[in-house]
Amino acid sequence: MRRRNLQLDEQGRLRHLLTIEGLKRQQIVDILDTAESFINVGDQQARNAQVRKVPLLRGKTVVNLFFEASTRTLTTFELAAKRLSADVLKININTSATVKGESLLDMLQNLEAMQCDMFVVRHGDSGAAHLIAQHVAPHISVINAGDGRHAHPTQALLDMFTIRRHKGEFAPLTVAIVGDIMHSRVARSQIHALTTLGISDLRVVAPQTLIPAQVEGLGVHVYHDMKEGLRDADVVIMLRLQKERMQGALLPSEQEYFQDYGLTEEKLVVAKTDVMVMHPGPINRGVEIDSEVADGPRSVILEQVSNGIAVRMAVMSMVLGRPPVDTEENEGAAQ
Amino acid sequence: MKISILGGRLIDPANGLDQITNVHIAAGKVIALGDAPAGFDAGQSIDVNGQIVCPGLVDLRACLREPGQEYKATIASETRAAAKSGITTLVCPPDTDPVADTPAVVDLIRHRSMQAGFARVLSLGALTQNLEGKQLAEMGALKAAGCVGVSNAHTAVNSTQVMRRAMEYASSQNLPVFLHAEDPSLADGGCAHEGAVSVRLGLPGIPGIAESIAVARELQLVEQTSVRAHFCQLSSERAVKMIARAQHDGLPVTADVAAHQLFLTEMDIGYFDSQCHVRPPLRTQRDRDGLRAAVKHGTISAICSDHQPHDTNAKLAPFPSSAPGISTLETLLPLTLRLVDENVLGLSEAIACLTCHPAQIIGASSSLAIGDCADVCIFDPEQYWELTAEGMASQGHNSPFLGWEFKGRVTHTLLAGHINFIYDSRK
Repeated sequence: MRRRNLQLDEQGRLRHLLTIEGLKRQQIVDILDTAESFINVGDQQARNAQVRKVPLLRGKTVVNLFFEASTRTLTTFELAAKRLSADVLKININTSATVKGESLLDMLQNLEAMQCDMFVVRHGDSGAAHLIAQHVAPHISVINAGDGRHAHPTQALLDMFTIRRHKGEFAPLTVAIVGDIMHSRVARSQIHALTTLGISDLRVVAPQTLIPAQVEGLGVHVYHDMKEGLRDADVVIMLRLQKERMQGALLPSEQEYFQDYGLTEEKLVVAKTDVMVMHPGPINRGVEIDSEVADGPRSVILEQVSNGIAVRMAVMSMVLGRPPVDTEENEGAAQ
Repeated sequence: MKISILGGRLIDPANGLDQITNVHIAAGKVIALGDAPAGFDAGQSIDVNGQIVCPGLVDLRACLREPGQEYKATIASETRAAAKSGITTLVCPPDTDPVADTPAVVDLIRHRSMQAGFARVLSLGALTQNLEGKQLAEMGALKAAGCVGVSNAHTAVNSTQVMRRAMEYASSQNLPVFLHAEDPSLADGGCAHEGAVSVRLGLPGIPGIAESIAVARELQLVEQTSVRAHFCQLSSERAVKMIARAQHDGLPVTADVAAHQLFLTEMDIGYFDSQCHVRPPLRTQRDRDGLRAAVKHGTISAICSDHQPHDTNAKLAPFPSSAPGISTLETLLPLTLRLVDENVLGLSEAIACLTCHPAQIIGASSSLAIGDCADVCIFDPEQYWELTAEGMASQGHNSPFLGWEFKGRVTHTLLAGHINFIYDSRK
């Protein structure tokens, strides 16, 4: 029988990062703690501004294998790898060209022959990262940078990191995830992360057409009314609404969606006064979020992007098996 | 060749027989049970003490991939696997390439299977030309060419009017219609049952109602047209209940289930196991139990393999992009026997689901009475074995049952009185 938890090694340590599902709370906390140690690396304003790089992955080769277009995720993975002193190779595969299993695995074998150490994979099919992890050589690690509707674990981790920096504890929190839950790998990973971290109330808010069947089984409460869903929320996570959802009879129009589910200052009134507003980006202003909110004081959207680098550094360094070290001790080596 | 099968337990559900007796065969037919007729000189005697002798199995759906996809499998390779599995009659769906919508394709399939000589291959003809759901196929010609029924395979007939006409026409040809009930718009883009697993894995779902809504339409058309209808490979409890009601109301409706649907559920997908990617999808435990109950109560009278051999690469893809289907000829009998061990069916009932019941659906017989064609399956019900890729005779090794231990091994298969498989324990 197939080993259930492909992403853990025999000692239960992270060998790949494919999904949040199945991670222990302490493993998530360890990643967030490690990310804290990286937060100032590369930050020019910081106290130890001279530390632009740490040598944890020196001599390692990271391949960013993107079968789907991406800007922020790809860039932050690249930056994270470079700040860990890895060599980075970027391969963009035209999504219009049909990349089927055979060529996918063939391509991996070719890359393995070039002695790579890590694949960061984004693919349009759910399960693609698992498939790749099943077939790579034993010394290679796979990080899922988004597969179909399934998972986007580093995005969820950087969101947890951002929430923890603002709120401290997870246990008392009420979090509302608003929008296209059905097609969202981000939402699935966030749900697993938030339930594992033990928040008190997790809600998903959307019309029924954007809520997958039996989502309650993941530990969320379903709301169709935005006002009810946002009431007393500590955190509101907005999801991007893809334009193509207007086809296929999922929604009548962008206007009606914004009317009912677009986040405005007015709708946010029922949430806690110190509510934080998040969005994995890229945002559709005037579709799922009003500019006033997106650019307002409660929005942490840009902070999420910069936190993404530290979190991805943490994941990459932990998965490649090097224990995290205090950056200050390594200043000399880093320069 | 004259053959005597000695000392086996003969289970012949069509004749209500379950007794230890001898079977004597000459000129391709059963000529005596018990004592050999005076002067009978068997060229070969097979001592099958402790084993079960039953009619050769009849499989209502096996894709043989020929013509059109010989890189996946051929009629020769798959009928050989059938012989190894005790199956003597296979029904081949019309979705070959080219489609079996002309007698030429049906003739080709029959010719190739006779050349190979391992099993009897019967064809279903296309219901509509090229399975496009627009023009009726030449059902009269297909029937004359030997088709035992007509079907549009997994391609839905979108137009209810075309479906009605097709059923009316098939009814006047006295051909049964084999139906795969799946509403195409509800199933569009889906690859797994819409439910707990699909939501967790982010797999596009196929809801249970995709099946039951299609069954509802087809049942009303059956009532309207009086065609004999056979529902293939049901997957949901709801659909099964609708069929039970229709049978109760006297509609000429039968149904089968693929053996794997009686054992696997959506949970077996685990983390994207593409070997569990099938159509219709594996559904819930409740559906699986509903299907088992329907087999027990006779609503579903036949168990088929729904054999779909694939090349290795077809399954080496992310779950949604992998090809659906399982290579199942070699697990048909052992899975059905497992239903006996799990107290779902009695042994004779289980064998009936693989022999006389499916035979009846295609207007054939499957029986070992005197004078009947000597298609025989002999198996050792106590022998344990493990399914391995190397041990599979089918060209397709795609099976979620690899590594399972099964009880019950076919030792001999006879097709029209010829021994075409003998188990060799040294191999």
